[in-house]
Amino acid sequence: MNVRGQLNQEQIAWRAAQDIEDGQYVNLGIGFPEKVAAYTVKGREPIFHTENGVLGFGRAPAKGEEDWDLINAGKKAITLKPGAAFFDHATSFAMIRGGHLDVAILGALQVASNGDLANWRVGSKGVPAVGGAMDLVNGAKRVAVLTDHVARDGAPKLVERCTFPLTGVGCVTRIYTSLAVIDVDIPAARFVLREKLPHLSMDDLQFVTGAKLHVEGEVGNLEVPELS
Amino acid sequence: MNKHYASAAEAVADICDGATVMIGGFGGSGAPIELIHALIDAGPKHLTVVNNNAGNGHVGLAAMIEQGMVDKLICSFPKSKDPTAFSERYLAGRIELELAPQGTLAERIRAGGAGIPAFYTPTAYGTELGEGKPVAEFDGRPYLQERWLKADYALIKAELGDPYGNLTYRLAARNFSPLMAMAAGQTIAQVGRLVDAGGIEPEAVVTPGIFVNRLVEIADPAQEEVLNQAEARYP
Repeated sequence: MNVRGQLNQEQIAWRAAQDIEDGQYVNLGIGFPEKVAAYTVKGREPIFHTENGVLGFGRAPAKGEEDWDLINAGKKAITLKPGAAFFDHATSFAMIRGGHLDVAILGALQVASNGDLANWRVGSKGVPAVGGAMDLVNGAKRVAVLTDHVARDGAPKLVERCTFPLTGVGCVTRIYTSLAVIDVDIPAARFVLREKLPHLSMDDLQFVTGAKLHVEGEVGNLEVPELS
Repeated sequence: MNKHYASAAEAVADICDGATVMIGGFGGSGAPIELIHALIDAGPKHLTVVNNNAGNGHVGLAAMIEQGMVDKLICSFPKSKDPTAFSERYLAGRIELELAPQGTLAERIRAGGAGIPAFYTPTAYGTELGEGKPVAEFDGRPYLQERWLKADYALIKAELGDPYGNLTYRLAARNFSPLMAMAAGQTIAQVGRLVDAGGIEPEAVVTPGIFVNRLVEIADPAQEEVLNQAEARYP
């Protein structure tokens, strides 16, 4: 699919960052979701958590300055901000499972209109690896997903039922895509469209979405700065 | 009381075939490379290993797997930059994998050390990793029953250790080690510096010595990431 003006990953990350409030404790999934940290809204200070046992980390160090005892869940070197803390793995996942983490932002293979998420493996082949994703989706107060609106082969990633193995059931409440911002009404099992690219018609957006998009009130314009 | 061993080789010498061994570290951070390499030198077989990962490159846990010492791995994320040591054996059906969500893995180890045989968690409910596990509802929400994990030995890396086995850890390198120290029959710690009793402030102790049986001083310990950048292999 090639929609004019569709958002790149940086822009999707920027949009997600607008919804992170000052003082929130936030876990960003490995890869794409990590980009959200760079677009923290000025004047807000979220505290980033990483599963291996750090609260309050900052940017990556300069090349050659890495300390390999100081890494994030993606095994990348990090630096600390003043006020950071270290803790063991049981404590780290108590923060997650115990409902202390405000926001978890993850990638997705598929998200269903009932809030189910599939993001850890495509099928039964290969080496399975899950990490902390299943804990995060069941523990964080708010679970959001960043994703291209459709898969590389054009298949919808927003669907009625996930066909890939599930990471969690009824857990995702907001989806930021390359075309739209969509909330998941889990009890009613429906997608609610909140924002879309201004020039994109409802019909065209619905065409690339695998489940019905409901509208409640006004649909906002998804407007994002140029970023690359 | 003397928990001090002169060498890594002596500290791991009695780990025998079929043992269950927990190995601290998250990726290379906190991986007790010298203890693992001493265990490779000793060469016990048919081990069950508990670690978050499955090794990277051809040193540490990856080298143990390459030597054919590991029959079963219990971990959450058996992928890395260079996971071939594990993945080739796994895809050939030569090593068993028990995959556990990371927080469940940590809590199972903690439970093993704390004498809690089972607990309930929401994690993995409704997924293939929850299949076959008992489900119970608490306050209207379904939870899975998970069981404790215990081991015969734990190999961990700490920064400071004193003769009583009290330990501190460096930066984020503590990760699983304080939990594994609790869950193993014999916990063997390599420490960057062995200090006299009183050399660690009581308020600063992270793992109290009651959980630690053997200490080996390894100054300037190797970092898995640095070894891999140099394309090192062991042995």
